[in-house]
Amino acid sequence: MKNARPKNLNLLSIRLPLPALVSILHRASGFLLFLALPFLLLALQSSLKSAIQFQHIADLLSQPAAKLMLVILGWAAIHHLLAGIRHLLMDMHWAITLPKARTSARMVLLSSAILTFLVARWLW
Amino acid sequence: MVDRLFSRKYSGMRHWLLQRLTAVLMTLYLMLLGALLFAQHPTQYTAWKALLSPLWLRGATLLFLLSLFFHAWLGVRDIFNDYVHPLVLRSFLHGAVAITLIAYSVWSVNILWSVR
Repeated sequence: MKNARPKNLNLLSIRLPLPALVSILHRASGFLLFLALPFLLLALQSSLKSAIQFQHIADLLSQPAAKLMLVILGWAAIHHLLAGIRHLLMDMHWAITLPKARTSARMVLLSSAILTFLVARWLW
Repeated sequence: MVDRLFSRKYSGMRHWLLQRLTAVLMTLYLMLLGALLFAQHPTQYTAWKALLSPLWLRGATLLFLLSLFFHAWLGVRDIFNDYVHPLVLRSFLHGAVAITLIAYSVWSVNILWSVR
């Protein structure tokens, strides 16, 4: 099935509305968390095995590069959770008009930024 | 009436419901874990192990992880459905993710039940 309707595939020329931004970040953060699963399980396993391994994981996670990864994963988890809560509220017909959806999208982006900043400050 | 919508015939409805059910379970668990971490501050191995040693918490943790894996399955499956169009490749990716998540489930039981 070929059709000749015009397509705009230049993503840089499309201005993403805030609710769409929250939506695609919800998906991206979810996928990122999925990719992080084996490392998180490995860390959990090591941390429970012995005092030496626990210390090893603690030392590893206090490296700046590891802290950066933790901040990124922290953001992913926080954004995914907040955007998910927004999703469930909208399932219950809360804030489904466009202006309210924009406001709640802005709230999700802003609160996840603030909470991620707090996580970063706590880690350093 | 409503429960018919969640029968095998309408699998999309079931997935929708399960995605949300697992999400709520995970949120409740994370609040519980957050409270425990805040109260006990386990910075040493013995304290960390002691925190995770009660059977009920290990059970809750396993329920959290299984919810997480199932939630991940529903989400990742949707992502591949949206972006990976060649059927053979998509089927392969679905299979790989499913096997991986089942392996994670077995691994999780193993991790949690080696805590004494």
